[in-house]
Amino acid sequence: MEIFVAATVGLLTAVGVYLMLRLRSFPVILGLTFLSYAVNLFIFAAGRIRTAAAPIVGTTDTPTDPLPQALVLTAIVISFGMTAVIVMMALGSYLELGHDRVDPDQGEDDTPAPAGKETGA
Amino acid sequence: MMGNWIITPVVLPALLAALSLFIGRNSITVARLLSVTGSLALLAIALMLLMAASEGPPQVYRLGDWPAPFGIVLVLDRLSALMLLLTAGLALLVLGQAIATGWDRRGRKFHALWLFQLMGLNGAFLTGDAFNLFVFFEVLLIASYGLMVHGGTGPRIRAGVQYIAVNLLGSTLFLFALATIYSLTGTLNMADLAAKLPVLPEGDHGLMRAAAVMLMLVFAIKGALVPLHFWLPGTYAQAPGVVAALFAVMTKVGAYAALRFGTLVFPTDLAVTGPLIADLMLPAGLITLALGSIGILGARSLPRLAAYAALASMGTVFTALSAFTPASTTATLYYMAHSTLAGGLLFLVTDLARARGGEFLDGPDRPRLSGRLGVLFFLAAIATAGLPPLSGFPGKLMVLQSASGPMALVWPVVLGGGFLALIGLSRAGSALFWAPQGEAMAPLPLSQAIAPALLLAGLVALTLGAGPVQDWLGTTAAALHNPAPYILANDLPGGA
Repeated sequence: MEIFVAATVGLLTAVGVYLMLRLRSFPVILGLTFLSYAVNLFIFAAGRIRTAAAPIVGTTDTPTDPLPQALVLTAIVISFGMTAVIVMMALGSYLELGHDRVDPDQGEDDTPAPAGKETGA
Repeated sequence: MMGNWIITPVVLPALLAALSLFIGRNSITVARLLSVTGSLALLAIALMLLMAASEGPPQVYRLGDWPAPFGIVLVLDRLSALMLLLTAGLALLVLGQAIATGWDRRGRKFHALWLFQLMGLNGAFLTGDAFNLFVFFEVLLIASYGLMVHGGTGPRIRAGVQYIAVNLLGSTLFLFALATIYSLTGTLNMADLAAKLPVLPEGDHGLMRAAAVMLMLVFAIKGALVPLHFWLPGTYAQAPGVVAALFAVMTKVGAYAALRFGTLVFPTDLAVTGPLIADLMLPAGLITLALGSIGILGARSLPRLAAYAALASMGTVFTALSAFTPASTTATLYYMAHSTLAGGLLFLVTDLARARGGEFLDGPDRPRLSGRLGVLFFLAAIATAGLPPLSGFPGKLMVLQSASGPMALVWPVVLGGGFLALIGLSRAGSALFWAPQGEAMAPLPLSQAIAPALLLAGLVALTLGAGPVQDWLGTTAAALHNPAPYILANDLPGGA
């Protein structure tokens, strides 16, 4: 059981890191999602792995630690919200620039733009 | 009693931000009124908390009245009060500048995001719980994502995507570290951790060291320490000038967290980590400083130059921080206060120049900028390079005096970095103000010079009051290196 959970966390992290290193925003976002799955499982395991145990003291003889479950809930909500934000940003970037590469063009913000001035500045 | 006031720096901006979303939605005047009132109130509260913190021992506010370590606590000590005051002061001035330059009208919800950002910053400085620190990091980050792309298109949004991706990665790492720490100690309250780590079983030391380094990596991402600095130049150069000026305090969150954990949870005399963190932080800080200075020299636009100056200042902060002695901590805090004000000033001046077309240092058609702006840039450059008479000079002096690393290594890097910054800033100033080619631009209205002038006044005050400030910071540093009262204030079970 422990080995299975540990291997799953490791595999998810490896997949996440690999995808993070891609140059397009879609794989990067998928990679971030995989990493957050990995860390959620990891937090869950921090309260020790135990099956068929309620996280409520008094209901069973061997209750499991409730705190990691609360932590993991917070982590899930936050990573879900953050993923939504980055998806919107990536979409905005794609629609504005016409491509979804994550790396900047050569010298992009360091030299005068040839055309298409920024509207905000 | 200060008791309930401790929570107000978190609750007040949260309430005002929600109000701003509802009643300030259609009227910029109402939204401005709410943020300015809120920022003024935050400044007053921060001053009051600072006075309360300098008189007595650390004070604790229990959220929901649950006792530590089971509930979350906010702890007010001299360090958190100082950071609150820095944030409130900078935020008020920069907000004034955002209104004077009309930045807040270029996109929607600027004021609500601004207030949420302040809520996150204040919460991160106050919390006494490691997981709660993670939550407040996320609050300040999600607001900063909105502010960073405020009123922007194309390149700014893409820089925003990179910034979010890096920070999400940092958050994941933070969670890995916290879960590891929790599985070893069964607690995430910082004072409780400080009490439990010295008696950690020998077999768990390796895992705890890994967790400590992961945690410091997260703070290094926030503080843009080499090799985790790649997000900073692009983000700060692309962000709206006023937002970048507020971000001057955001990198300090990383330094604050590193200082808090490095003195409270992982002090250098702890058997588990020993001098591990200090040993890793010193070279990273020096390289950051060197890289930032070279970046200043190589920057071809003013926003990039200001971003690299921010990087160099973080390098100096972490170099000073890495010694973890009371003297070095005093120097760190002084330099942190200086570089927050100086960084904010440089970004505001950069924004004013950029709004007048004076952005690129080597492009054609550089406009003729007004002399008033030139004076401001000159003073900001003096502050940034750490020249007398402004506070960067005593700051660097204190850093050099207290540095723990080999003198032959620290002195050349700090002094050489200052020299490179001086050359880079002089070059930028000459190119922008002495060799104009285009037509004359509109002069700088007085209303847009108020906030930079007040920031300058802050730097002058920091210089003139260097003695008393140093004494106050010395007491703060001594309290940080003797965390027993901080732990006692948490009122842990077992009287730890």
